[in-house]
Amino acid sequence: MNNIFVYCEIEDGIIADVSLELLTKGRSLANTLGCKLEAVVAGHQLGTVGKQVFPYGVDVLHLFDDARLFPYTPLPHTSILVNLFKKEKPQIAFMGATSIGRDLGPRVSSALGSGLTADCTSLEIGDHEEKKENKVYKNLLYQIRPAFGGNIVATIINPEHRPQMATVREGVMKKEIVDLVYKGETKTYDVSQYVSEADFAVAVIDRQIEKSKTNIKSAPIIIAGGYGVGSKENFQLLYDLAAAIGGEVGASRAAVDAGFCEHERQIGQTGVTVRPKLYIACGISGQIQHIAGMQESSIIISVNNDPAAPINTIADYVITGTVENVIPKMIKYYKQNTK
Amino acid sequence: MSLRIIVLAKQVPDTRNVGKDAMKADGTVNRAALPAIFNPEDLNALEQALRLKDANPGTTVTLLTMGPGRAAEIIREGLYRGADGGYLLTDRAFAGADTLATSYALSMAVRKIKEYDLILCGRQAIDGDTAQVGPQVAEKLGLNQITYAEEIVNVKNGRITVKRRLERGVETVEAPLPIVVTINGSAPECRPRNAKLIQKFKHAKTVTEKQEASADYLELFSTRPYLNLEEWSVADVNADVKQCGLSGSPTKVKRIENVIFQAKESKTLLPTDTEIDELMKELIANHTIG
Repeated sequence: MNNIFVYCEIEDGIIADVSLELLTKGRSLANTLGCKLEAVVAGHQLGTVGKQVFPYGVDVLHLFDDARLFPYTPLPHTSILVNLFKKEKPQIAFMGATSIGRDLGPRVSSALGSGLTADCTSLEIGDHEEKKENKVYKNLLYQIRPAFGGNIVATIINPEHRPQMATVREGVMKKEIVDLVYKGETKTYDVSQYVSEADFAVAVIDRQIEKSKTNIKSAPIIIAGGYGVGSKENFQLLYDLAAAIGGEVGASRAAVDAGFCEHERQIGQTGVTVRPKLYIACGISGQIQHIAGMQESSIIISVNNDPAAPINTIADYVITGTVENVIPKMIKYYKQNTK
Repeated sequence: MSLRIIVLAKQVPDTRNVGKDAMKADGTVNRAALPAIFNPEDLNALEQALRLKDANPGTTVTLLTMGPGRAAEIIREGLYRGADGGYLLTDRAFAGADTLATSYALSMAVRKIKEYDLILCGRQAIDGDTAQVGPQVAEKLGLNQITYAEEIVNVKNGRITVKRRLERGVETVEAPLPIVVTINGSAPECRPRNAKLIQKFKHAKTVTEKQEASADYLELFSTRPYLNLEEWSVADVNADVKQCGLSGSPTKVKRIENVIFQAKESKTLLPTDTEIDELMKELIANHTIG
């Protein structure tokens, strides 16, 4: 009872990375709180799920297997979580800040009357003192997220309501196997006890999901462009450098909004969070939302003709110049001096 | 078939154009320094509603917004583009609401409107980016939901077909009415304001605004009933005050901090061949690249 629950997403029999990242975070918080970590998976043909999740330190796996549970639709998955949570009374529940988690989370929180914080960038355990009521709440979940367009960071708590719910975007937390042979228990359920026929009212009539084209999250080198790159054509220079030195191309939201680059490559609060060895920021001014998604890079180079660009304050190297001028020089040196 | 559509819309501070004076010295947000705008994705939702109205004669589009008195502007903006009417939900007791308390209030107002086939709203608002209110309103009303919609393909025989834009693809779903559909920013932009409709509705006002209106126009409100915008309080929508505003919000803000990044000692280089060659040499030597 009162454990940490993670709702895990599944596609083609594979548990989503964001869910494994949440299990990793959940495991560490469960250790702090001295409680168990439990995973919930709803879908079809879930034979290998146990093998995938137990190494992340899952103590109990709740499996709901029914052909109608895949692809995801809101009501059946909501009914499963609401009914399961009423019985199990988790203190904390996480899901990915994906098109599934952000569809499901609010619905579950509304049905349970519990609080939900979207797109958290950090999750911690801490106490809270309500001075007016002279009351101290022990071991609350601090749900930390940028707010107001990323200009402030807010710590949100739910003192009175359970579960404390939060969603987190893919890549924000790190996934880490704790024990390849971790022993957890599997519980399988009779789906009809949890979901009513009427819940299956939404019919998915067509579905075209592509495998991710980029692997920006795990790239050791990222060359990212912002609005200052100026055009889609100039973005080609970034691809040329990426091809030469073996990296991936990323972009700021402004560059994606301007149509220079596809959304899949967006880095920052509303895109992917990355931690490469080398991050070359080209024509990126460094809005807080962008910096939140790349500040843990080991080495940051900023190429910007504005010496006062905010991103320069977190860069290891600042090259005051234009992308058209600087990038070809980097490519040239690399090609001439390496085999 | 004619449809009764409700569009949920929010007036938001324009966080995309945050200037230097947007933050006060104490680290709080200076809302007054930010222009108040129609939440962009709610405009996408309004456009979908107006397209359904174009395609289905007899369809009505009603806006519902919650906010302070000045949020009546949202209703006028909707009327200028072709909506038929709107309601402003405004009351001190709604202040400080998180998404759950907001959804409760909106759902009570929808219950008061009573007759509807379809509720549309933007996927999320730019001041919070939570995407929670749409699904929570749906849950409170016991309705089904379709989120991340890019296009309403059609509505016929009491069923709606919607194309959804997901992270890595598209999905087409079909569901019975009534339903809540949240619209993505990737959907078509909203049509501009119509000059004739601006002329018609520019003096449309709520009860509160009428008290400040110039006396010259006061008689208009009785001769042209469409200029009267309805304003609803907690009591008007039969809401439980404990479930509204701060007291109805399970989430509390414990702390707000300004974002300050750990500044590094950085090395500034000129874009000359020599300096860039030096840098590349160093990066190759320490195996950062290559």
